[in-house]
Amino acid sequence: MTDGPRHLSCDVAVIGAGPAGLSAATALARAGVGTVLVLDREGEAGGVPRHCGHPPFGLREFGRVLTGPSYAARLRDEARSAGADLRTSHSIVALLPDGRLDVMSPAGRIDLRARRIVLATGMRESSRAARAVGGTRPLGVINTGALQAYLHLEGLVPFRRPLIVGTEWVGLSAVSTCLRHGIRPVAVVEAGRRASAPWPFSLFPRLAGIPVHFGTVVQSIAGRERVEGATLRHADGTVRTLACDGVLFTGAFVPEATLARTGHLRLDPATGAPARDAAGRSSDPCVYVAGNVSGAARSAGWSFRDGRAVAAAVAADLRALPRQAQAAGDRPREREAQP
Amino acid sequence: MTQAARGMGAFDVAVIGAGVVGCAVARDLALRGARVVVLEKAPDILAGASKGNSAILHTGFDAPTGSLEHACVQAGYREYLAIRSSLNLPVLETGAVVVAWTEDEVARLDAIESTARANGVGDVVRVDRAALLAREPNLSPRALAGLLVPGEHVIDPWSAPLAYLLQAMSRDAAVLRGTELLGGRFEAGRWRLDTSAGPIEATAVVNCAGLHGDTVDERLTGRRHFDIRPRKGQFVVFDKAAARLLGTIVLPVPTERTKGIVLTPTVFGNLLVGPTADEQEDRERADVDTPTIEALLEKAADILPALAGMPVTATYAGLRPATERKEYRYRHEPELNLVTVGGIRSTGLTAALGLARHVGTAISGETHRTPPSDAPSLAVPVLAEHMARDWTRPGYGEIVCHCEMVTRREIEAALSGPLPAGDIGGLKRRTRAGMGRCQGFHCQARVAALTAGRLAVPMAAGRCDD
Ligand SMILES: Cc1cc2nc3c(=O)[nH]c(=O)nc-3n(C[C@H](O)[C@H](O)[C@H](O)COP(=O)(O)OP(=O)(O)OC[C@H]3O[C@@H](n4cnc5c(N)ncnc54)[C@H](O)[C@@H]3O)c2cc1C
Ligand SMILES: Cc1cc2nc3c(=O)[nH]c(=O)nc-3n(C[C@H](O)[C@H](O)[C@H](O)COP(=O)(O)OP(=O)(O)OC[C@H]3O[C@@H](n4cnc5c(N)ncnc54)[C@H](O)[C@@H]3O)c2cc1C
Repeated sequence: MTDGPRHLSCDVAVIGAGPAGLSAATALARAGVGTVLVLDREGEAGGVPRHCGHPPFGLREFGRVLTGPSYAARLRDEARSAGADLRTSHSIVALLPDGRLDVMSPAGRIDLRARRIVLATGMRESSRAARAVGGTRPLGVINTGALQAYLHLEGLVPFRRPLIVGTEWVGLSAVSTCLRHGIRPVAVVEAGRRASAPWPFSLFPRLAGIPVHFGTVVQSIAGRERVEGATLRHADGTVRTLACDGVLFTGAFVPEATLARTGHLRLDPATGAPARDAAGRSSDPCVYVAGNVSGAARSAGWSFRDGRAVAAAVAADLRALPRQAQAAGDRPREREAQP
Repeated sequence: MTQAARGMGAFDVAVIGAGVVGCAVARDLALRGARVVVLEKAPDILAGASKGNSAILHTGFDAPTGSLEHACVQAGYREYLAIRSSLNLPVLETGAVVVAWTEDEVARLDAIESTARANGVGDVVRVDRAALLAREPNLSPRALAGLLVPGEHVIDPWSAPLAYLLQAMSRDAAVLRGTELLGGRFEAGRWRLDTSAGPIEATAVVNCAGLHGDTVDERLTGRRHFDIRPRKGQFVVFDKAAARLLGTIVLPVPTERTKGIVLTPTVFGNLLVGPTADEQEDRERADVDTPTIEALLEKAADILPALAGMPVTATYAGLRPATERKEYRYRHEPELNLVTVGGIRSTGLTAALGLARHVGTAISGETHRTPPSDAPSLAVPVLAEHMARDWTRPGYGEIVCHCEMVTRREIEAALSGPLPAGDIGGLKRRTRAGMGRCQGFHCQARVAALTAGRLAVPMAAGRCDD
């Protein structure tokens, strides 16, 4: 038999401990809004920068150049010392009206009630399936997020000679990540006429001796067990097959907006992100939206600043509320079960 | 493997192929007390036609009346429902509705209804446009009328055959994966089978080789009694947010060649559109192509307009082991102790248990078998969204795949036990890891680390320090 859920309450629950969620939590705790609980489904807080083994992170926030993992550590330390309560391995299963969250942790289920919620679940790159690329489904077809996790979190190499798709900054950063780990991309392809990332960064793959094909899309992927090749279609209609042992789909970010999409928040039809107003408030007055989940696809520094701005709006909102009876202290409170 | 196979001695029955049909046949024979060996050439079970289908448990309402397919679909349907709770297998009681979109199709509903009644599916109901839209408010208002078939259900296409085979193994069936049947001779009342893992002896052989049924037929009898002509079906899986848009399977009015494009909920909480019907020569390459995927998306939004713009979780294809004829290519040659269960084209997931009973009866000469209630019960992992998944029970360690809420405890269980996952496909079918909306953006590296050294083909190409 499973026990019923624990009932907890707090003043602000932050969903997602990436740059946006952690900076929001730090600012909220410093503003003295009461208990600030940060929940993240991963085993370690920090969000995507945890597996970005490269600099530069933190220049504007901390005045120095950090790698992703040390930037993430810095964000965690700040949030903790400000008094926020970080809970990792906590998955938000559902976001419900009236500030309620259905949460699962290895220790059991939690029915959490918060006066305000900050949704900061980030974004991800779209998959090969979402891009409707044809072919078989061999091993070695991944996104940059997975590439970084292979290399930096697990010490594994997913492929040796991949084709790289996309020239947003994340695609260029993927090329450099590959080269640093002895992975030799066979080519970079970009559907557009020119690179998405600005000059001079866009020159980087060519400087590294990797051919870049503009106006080119991946039509299909071949291979039984692992990738054996990819068929490219160029703008002039010519089609050719390139041998490679992996295909890396970079960029084309989509918000990690499942909690909004399967819940009650209104979505922005253009981006698929939860709609928010200038203060960061969603269609549910209890819920604010911060960082890349808002549909932005911006840098960690932008997300950090966005989290802080949203935190200021949440703090002002809470101050305007009639003060409810609440226990002092920074721990979330047990509460009676209620409908 | 050779030594192991020899060490196990001679078998009563060798089943060639661990698709859903082979798994069900092995179960039936093992429950009758036969000493069974299953030979599967792939590193894991369900490597052929059975790896990609629509997962519908059919009533047989549209089967050719009086055919073996009709009988086996209905026997399989009944037995699935009878055994499913003891095996922990899900069923989603969706019902299906055959929707007519043109006046011409409306006229054809009569014939479909009378076939259904002739087939013993008496609970079908004609519904008008208003009743259709009342049942499925998101359905396009262009729908004109329909025939409701309440008994059509949705199941998990992978846990079912896994459970059948595990039940056979609990009655001492041996399962040899990575073992291809290469040839065989029938001498003095016994088969001497030549396999990629050495010789194996068995009294009888059942050919359940699906997409390679004709090849195995030739390797055993020296003759191809039928030709497999693979017919590919492509699918698109929508994000779980789509599931709340539809509760009933939506079928088209079928044509001669195919049942047509279906929109169906899945037990995993997704919505599925497909399959197409594309002839091809290749028996292994279940690939998708962009124009077809785009056409399916358009078709889906035609049926259910709210699907326009819905994110896509996955695309896949399955290969039907079709032959030059429509019917099942079942053959029993008593003088050779050989049964061929070939050409199980598009209803095999449902018919498997019925076919198995048919084969068991033919080989043993007896219709009687251990009743399902006496069969050993065992619990396969529950992956159905409407049942209690592993993550709802504390102590799971870690959630590895967040989109599908797959726990480390589930992954470890799938990598151990009597029939551990043999490759990444097998792991996905047993756990759903990596099958959700992010397609491994978040979890693939972790899954690669957890499975290192455990799968036939490792997920990673190497280690950073190599
Ligand atoms: C491959 C890659 C490389 C990048 N490289 C750089 C770079 O070099 N420099 C740079 O400035 N930016 C880089 N970025 C962008 C940067 O990572 C993002 O701008 C930043 O991480 C966004 O912060 P965030 O807090 O909005 O989201 P994230 O960092 O994505 O954090 C979201 C958090 O929410 C958690 N979460 C999601 N859903 C749930 C749930 N249901 N329950 C509980 N927790 C949940 C996640 O586990 C995650 O920890 C890169 C991004 C990627 C994907
Ligand atoms: C697109 C599509 C949709 C479908 N939808 C449904 C549905 O909704 N409901 C339903 O009931 N049915 C459905 N089906 C039908 C069902 O999937 C098939 O009828 C069924 O999977 C056939 O199973 P099988 O065991 O005969 O063949 P297979 O699954 O092909 O199994 C044969 C096995 O034999 C192995 N093998 C081959 N040669 C050898 C050898 N020489 N030695 C050893 N092993 C060998 C193969 O590796 C394979 O694992 C659908 C099928 C498709 C393709």
